[in-house]
Amino acid sequence: MTTFVPPARHLLRARDLADARYFEPLDVDDMARAAGLSRAHFSREFRRAFGEPPHVYLLTRRLERAAALLRTTDRSVADICFSVGLQSVGSFTTSFTRTFGVSPTVYRARFPPAASHARVPACIVHFYGRPANRTFREDRTAAGD
Amino acid sequence: MMKVTHAQLWVHDQDEALAFYTQKLGWEVRSDVTVPELGNFRWLAVGPVGQDDFAVTLMTIPGPPVFDAETANQVQTLMAKGAAGTVFLESDDVDAEYEALTSRGVEFVDLPEDRPYGRDSSFRDPSGNHLRLMQTAAVRA
Repeated sequence: MTTFVPPARHLLRARDLADARYFEPLDVDDMARAAGLSRAHFSREFRRAFGEPPHVYLLTRRLERAAALLRTTDRSVADICFSVGLQSVGSFTTSFTRTFGVSPTVYRARFPPAASHARVPACIVHFYGRPANRTFREDRTAAGD
Repeated sequence: MMKVTHAQLWVHDQDEALAFYTQKLGWEVRSDVTVPELGNFRWLAVGPVGQDDFAVTLMTIPGPPVFDAETANQVQTLMAKGAAGTVFLESDDVDAEYEALTSRGVEFVDLPEDRPYGRDSSFRDPSGNHLRLMQTAAVRA
């Protein structure tokens, strides 16, 4: 039995990989492999389908999760940085600050634990908690990703 | 009194969806009826074992005259992009379900993760429909 699979389904598989495995040392090459496309073609198609480059999707997933951990746990900033798949606390702090407008420590202080205990499912947190700032100049991936 | 009995999901292929929901998820078939006088429309409904009063209807994206080709294509693309909505499921042991479903080839979007309201995870059906599987804090306690 041959089942028709719309091309975007392969791109979604790559996006799902970022959502599922963000805590691993994952990069755009891994996402392209999951979609079965060359890196350049994948990056173009991903951007066309989802409106942002794959490396930005991956980074904002990591930052979204980091922000959630800052709000809901007392784990250290360094611990949170590594646990969302980022390798450098310095880069993490820079990305986080550029994205959320405040450092991880200041961000945490703004959210008393009780305020974040609403029963909002994780997908809502992913979608609505995902930062909108799209400039990540420190990112090591090539322009056009 | 009003009750929810069925919710409908579009699927790219009903046979593929049926195999996924019954063989991988372990749900049961509630109805599988093909109606020749309606162009072989197939009413296919599945539901979780133990919850008899609710079923999910797995429906093929129709072509003309229901949807014109462009609309059908748009729906298909939106689903493939994961923009087609979510079904929320609950379990009393998300981690055990995760292990069992993964061993049967289900691809998770979110691995089980602690959230303020409990432990949450999600996966997709072959068409790209998003299903969340959570274990609320109250259930875990």
